[in-house]
Amino acid sequence: MKSAATARMTAPGDVTSFSLGLALPLGLVFAIFFVLPLAQLLYLSLHNDTAATVWGLGQYIKFLTDPFSLAVLGSTLLLGAEVTLACLVLGYPIAWLYQRSGSRLQTLIIMIVLLPLLTSVVVRTFAWIVILGRQGIINSVLQSMGLIGTPLRMIYTQGGLIAALAQVQMPLMVLPLITAIGRIDPNLSDASASLGAGSWRTFFKVMLPLSMPGIIAGCTLTYAAAITAFITQSLVGGGQMLFMPMYLYQQASTLQNWPFAAAISIIFLFAVLAIVALFSMLGRRARGYGDAR
Amino acid sequence: MSGRQRNWEALSFQIVMTVIAILALILIVSPSLVVVIVSFTSGFSLKFPPPGYSTRWYVELWNAWQLQFAARNSVVVALWSTGLSIVLGVAAALAISRSKALTAKLLDSLFMSPLVLPALAFGLAALMFFSLIGLPVSLLTLVIGHTIVCVPYVVRNTVAALAQLEPTLLESSAILGASRLYTFRRIVLPLIRPGIISGAFIAFMSSFDNVPVSLFLRDAATDMLPIRMWQDLEGKLDVTIAALSSVLIIATIALMAIMERTTGLSKRLTG
Repeated sequence: MKSAATARMTAPGDVTSFSLGLALPLGLVFAIFFVLPLAQLLYLSLHNDTAATVWGLGQYIKFLTDPFSLAVLGSTLLLGAEVTLACLVLGYPIAWLYQRSGSRLQTLIIMIVLLPLLTSVVVRTFAWIVILGRQGIINSVLQSMGLIGTPLRMIYTQGGLIAALAQVQMPLMVLPLITAIGRIDPNLSDASASLGAGSWRTFFKVMLPLSMPGIIAGCTLTYAAAITAFITQSLVGGGQMLFMPMYLYQQASTLQNWPFAAAISIIFLFAVLAIVALFSMLGRRARGYGDAR
Repeated sequence: MSGRQRNWEALSFQIVMTVIAILALILIVSPSLVVVIVSFTSGFSLKFPPPGYSTRWYVELWNAWQLQFAARNSVVVALWSTGLSIVLGVAAALAISRSKALTAKLLDSLFMSPLVLPALAFGLAALMFFSLIGLPVSLLTLVIGHTIVCVPYVVRNTVAALAQLEPTLLESSAILGASRLYTFRRIVLPLIRPGIISGAFIAFMSSFDNVPVSLFLRDAATDMLPIRMWQDLEGKLDVTIAALSSVLIIATIALMAIMERTTGLSKRLTG
């Protein structure tokens, strides 16, 4: 303590912090190549014609009054919710098992969870095509057991897409959960048990509420990733199901309708931000709950 | 509640949780395993189980120049973006990590925002911006775009490493007469190096795997591997892609093992 005090007296300025100027290069890069492009996107979306000469809210009105566009937005947001729920139900027990395992098993579990996170998303999606396809594992197992005559159509279905997305995004749910469950004082579960609560009750009344910050963080990451997962949506979902990323890409690339594509981007961006804000509001409440202990 | 009832109750909870956990872990691993097995098929389709085994698709991969060209581009862009992310990101992390100023908080949110925003929207915005300022799509525009979406990983991991740095170490170093630069080189850098490396590793992997930004910022002359694979898969289900996928899976496992040994990646990612 004493040495710290002397240092503050003798050293010019605070030696424990660095100049804020070090953030200047990255700040400039972000200002030019991140903020400006997004500003231009917003600017373009506020024009009624493709040449961007007539100002107006035409693109937004077009999107918000078009049942087809609204259906695309709705199904994208719904898809995100379904995938997030699947990830939570499957991911929580993994995090629970991790916290009860020895260190060797912990490393194994974490490696299994991390592998898909670091493997190329095209590779992971491709794996699902192999599994769900007409000649895939599920169909050949069911056929060899004589349960089905003709192969089931699983690829290009909502169920297949949810399974694939849940697997692809699972690590984003499990990692924050592991952190959150690890921070819970184990004495609390013991206390709950000694006061007569059973395991299930202790889980739902003690563990689940206390791990809420991790649940919120995991849900935010999973949700944001699931609704923007362009590759998985297009390859496993197929042409029949259209979601926001593909809709955006089609308008921009194939149809060259840039102002409308810009408006779709902005609407999509705000939808994502609204969801993130909602989750973080829930998160603040949950933290309040956690601190109250 | 009687003792026996409670035992049964505790047991049912553990069984349910363990079974779901194991099923979920199998769900996570099996797709990668399936790809590796299918890639050794002797047939022409992705039938599982394969009718026979061979390495013909790996030979095929050796001749797939389009995929190799795209892979080379992806590696070049990933290396440049990672390098830029380290230089810019570590400097920015130093600036914002120990500052309590509002500017630092705002900068932190700004630098993290590419992680949350839909990258596809940024890809489109970047394409329109580059065409506005008259910069044609090239490896350069790809590097710039990738740097924006990869730098958050370096910043985040470096900030986390700096947060664990004892401020007294810096003070002691200053008292002993070391200059700021010397303290940085001899004290700060060695202590935060594992954090920087694991951030750079994730940045590299996410650049190599990036789709939303590459989708808009590449053309035929600057083809990127994930996009090439995606377009191949849209057209036909080629077993060559399975061979390539297994190569990528094995490479990822090898890199992960190296990172685990050198920086303790898993502990870093679980806080």
